[in-house]
Amino acid sequence: MVKEAIHITEQKVWQLLDMVADPDIPVISIVELGLVRKVKVEPGNSVTVTITPSYSGCPAMHVFRFEIESVLKMNGVENVKLEIVLSPAWTTDWLSDTTKNKLKQYGIAPPVSDAGSADTLFARKEVPCPRCNSYHTKLTSQFGSTPCKALWYCEDCMQPFEYFKCH
Amino acid sequence: MTLNAALYNFCLRIADNNMILGQRLAEWCSKGPILEEDIALTNLSLDLFGEAESFYEYAAALDNHTKTADDIAFLRNERQYFNFLIVEQPNGDFAFTMMKQLLYACYARLLYSRLSDSKDERISGLSAKAVKEMRYHFRHSAEWIIRLGQGTELSKHKVQFALDELWRFTDDMFEMNETDEVLIEAGMSFNIKELYAEWREQVGDIFSQASLEIPEYHFDIKGGINGIHTEHLGHILCEMQYLQRAHPGATW
Repeated sequence: MVKEAIHITEQKVWQLLDMVADPDIPVISIVELGLVRKVKVEPGNSVTVTITPSYSGCPAMHVFRFEIESVLKMNGVENVKLEIVLSPAWTTDWLSDTTKNKLKQYGIAPPVSDAGSADTLFARKEVPCPRCNSYHTKLTSQFGSTPCKALWYCEDCMQPFEYFKCH
Repeated sequence: MTLNAALYNFCLRIADNNMILGQRLAEWCSKGPILEEDIALTNLSLDLFGEAESFYEYAAALDNHTKTADDIAFLRNERQYFNFLIVEQPNGDFAFTMMKQLLYACYARLLYSRLSDSKDERISGLSAKAVKEMRYHFRHSAEWIIRLGQGTELSKHKVQFALDELWRFTDDMFEMNETDEVLIEAGMSFNIKELYAEWREQVGDIFSQASLEIPEYHFDIKGGINGIHTEHLGHILCEMQYLQRAHPGATW
């Protein structure tokens, strides 16, 4: 039996990778997060995916690697190569407005740019509550359930919420 | 010393600092003074382990992968670890841990910031990422030191005690050896002593906000980067290496 050659396109690979969700924030994909930097389709049914790490110690990175490989292999790619690129370093500036909106819908306050104040001690940041949009909020802890999130509290709807940190 | 060997040693120095301090912070897991701090301390630990892993992987690549990053991390003896003495010191109480964090994080943030310009692309890339993380570590510990210094008589006493005890280990962070000479020559690192003035000013600023006084003694202990350690490192390694010593070659 002659195996039919599958010609996967770069566009198709991007579409497939857009199905790989962040395990901690399942409403957004690794493409939306800006972790996939480059896709290259090569002869011999090979695909090279270049990704950049978000946080050095983010355990989700190990999950991404596995998921990228399996989604491509399930769709007929024989050789999946993963390359890691460090520069430029990942930043939350790469999140589009649509992605930020998805985070908000999911209940996570999207990053609010803090250019210049990142080094200010006890800096007060204006983060609106993702549920009621109130600015009557306060930081509970700079560290949350994952490296990318901080814990906040809304004093109007009296609910805790997570904030996706600026990075 | 070849350039490759110098880079290898330099990666170990950075990775060892991260791993040993990360291990110390992990000891706080489930013992934090409040839930939020418990989560914070282990988050800080995770950042440090992540950075350690990246630098151990680079070291393994420099050594042509004759050993894995895990082998390098876990299968050396204490004289072969190049971490600073301050990171191996026991945690003490929360004030003591925060003081250790501040003294180190302030240094690490300045170090990575300068290394972001290294001619070695992997060092510069990893450093550009790490500097963002160290910024959080610095802010977290600096805010606590100020709160504790301005808190109760007891909290101030504890945080001043921590400073008195830990200050003697700070000169050790600015030591250099042949590794640095080779890397400076190649444009991959820089004269570490140049960081001192800025570091001193930044921690000094935090201490004055916290009404703390830097001790005046001159009794510095050095040697970390040359593999000369305090007794505490051996105890940490006993715990970390137990499994591999008891069951050599064991894997997941």
